[in-house]
Amino acid sequence: MRNSKVVTLEEAIRRSGLKDGMTISFHHHFRGGDKVVNMVVDKLAQMGFKDLKLAASSLSDVHKPLIEHIKNGVITGISTSGLRGELADAISHGLLKEPVVFRSHGGRGSAIANGELKIDVAFLGASACDELGNACGVPRSENAKSICGSLGYALPDARYAAHVVVITDDLVAYPNMPQSISAADVESVVVVDSVGDSSKIAAGAIRDSKNPRDILLAKQAAKVIINSGYFKEGFSIQTGTGGASLAAVKYIREEMISRGIKASFALGGITAHMVKLHEEGLIGKLIDVQSFDKVAAESIAKDPLHQEVSAVEYASGQHLGSATHALDMVILSALEVDTDFNVNVLVGSDGIIRGAIGGHQDTAADSALSIIVCPLLRGRIPCVVPKVTTLITPGKSVDVVVTEYGIAVNPARPEIKEKLQAAGLNIVDIKSLAEKASSIIGTPDALPFGDKVVGIVMNRDGSVLDRIYNICD
Amino acid sequence: MVTIGPGEGLQVDLQSSVAAQFGRQFGRQIKAVITETLEGLGIHDAHVEAVDKGALDCTIRARVTAAAVRATGKDVWKD
Repeated sequence: MRNSKVVTLEEAIRRSGLKDGMTISFHHHFRGGDKVVNMVVDKLAQMGFKDLKLAASSLSDVHKPLIEHIKNGVITGISTSGLRGELADAISHGLLKEPVVFRSHGGRGSAIANGELKIDVAFLGASACDELGNACGVPRSENAKSICGSLGYALPDARYAAHVVVITDDLVAYPNMPQSISAADVESVVVVDSVGDSSKIAAGAIRDSKNPRDILLAKQAAKVIINSGYFKEGFSIQTGTGGASLAAVKYIREEMISRGIKASFALGGITAHMVKLHEEGLIGKLIDVQSFDKVAAESIAKDPLHQEVSAVEYASGQHLGSATHALDMVILSALEVDTDFNVNVLVGSDGIIRGAIGGHQDTAADSALSIIVCPLLRGRIPCVVPKVTTLITPGKSVDVVVTEYGIAVNPARPEIKEKLQAAGLNIVDIKSLAEKASSIIGTPDALPFGDKVVGIVMNRDGSVLDRIYNICD
Repeated sequence: MVTIGPGEGLQVDLQSSVAAQFGRQFGRQIKAVITETLEGLGIHDAHVEAVDKGALDCTIRARVTAAAVRATGKDVWKD
């Protein structure tokens, strides 16, 4: 092709005009199987770049090689939705000079759209791409090597970054249609052996639970939904990735069938569970910012009613058209909830970063009813506490907290409390849950935090919600 | 896991390497539970090695008691 944009990674970097101090970006649709971040940052280190700011939609265990690149001064700043594993541990101990900036998925979309997060060069992995840069996350040829489904978190980067490099492991004939990323936004295309291990997409946060406590929590969460007043023809729903949250879908499905109720759409990270309900005709449409497993990724490739959306269209708090504004109910998990209904999903109660904001802030704030499902204790770690270690989702966005010791309803929602009580659910004061936890485990000693800020938690409107301090050993 | 050997006075080594958070936040409390349990059994000289992964106090008491029974040969449940 005359205008082919295909070049080597090194040439793409050279053409991009990248300079020390600039911001590079990545998406995390391959989750634990991602190979793009490490591949690109290794190359940048080899080429002698320093002082780069890494703006990822999220980072996980697989990105621990970044520790060396931080030590070598290649990466000096990070913004992300979350951190896990050894990288998170090292950063919690003060590895990075600048604090990591944590944003929700909707918050990141807004920040890119309004120019607060300026991306110089985006490196975006894709499962198929043509020579001009029309790219997607689904297979388009017999030679396809990967699949990640929706490219929702990469779309703001593709649209707003000054320079876009698509990295693919399957170069297909022009035109690759329908495309997620348009050739109009792409400057270079790089072909590599592998952009990601698709079998690891469902690893990490997502698991299918057989744990009896998760099942109990799931049944309680389903009862909350069914009796909330929002469970009626045409309702809409989003579930998080916790075991209980996924299991709840099973019980909601049974009730939808027995009452003859259908949902208009399911939103968010889409899982095989949601695809099943959609294919059974129980959910009209799937709005997918991120395919959480292979079944979801395969569905988006073939089903026109399973639609990809960008992080902005999904959950921006600054764009009134975003889908979260139309959402009735969301089930979310938590590391900690406090007696003011504030939620922490980012920092463990040991003070070490071990999670991600994801769409927590966005969906809790915009949905008509937000339901947090968490056990009272995880081993010796309390999940209902007097005060969260780190504030991620403000209590005013949180309506119901489901634990195995009872269900607490935010006093701001008396009508919900009334409905759930009438349905015979065990409604308790959230303070009694915190007291119950402390009666079993005792009072933990205070965490040995230092005085260095290692993380800044942004609210979705761009304001600062909280600071994370370094942990000392 | 709790292992008990001979010692002078009560010496408790708590290892929480697998889950550092428990040692950090509950170490003091876990050591107190171990010491109280042993003293309750009339044991005042022992070296205790405890590897903790987040067990609740009731479980720690049961483990310490079982280890003490094995170490002393004195069955506190029967006698």
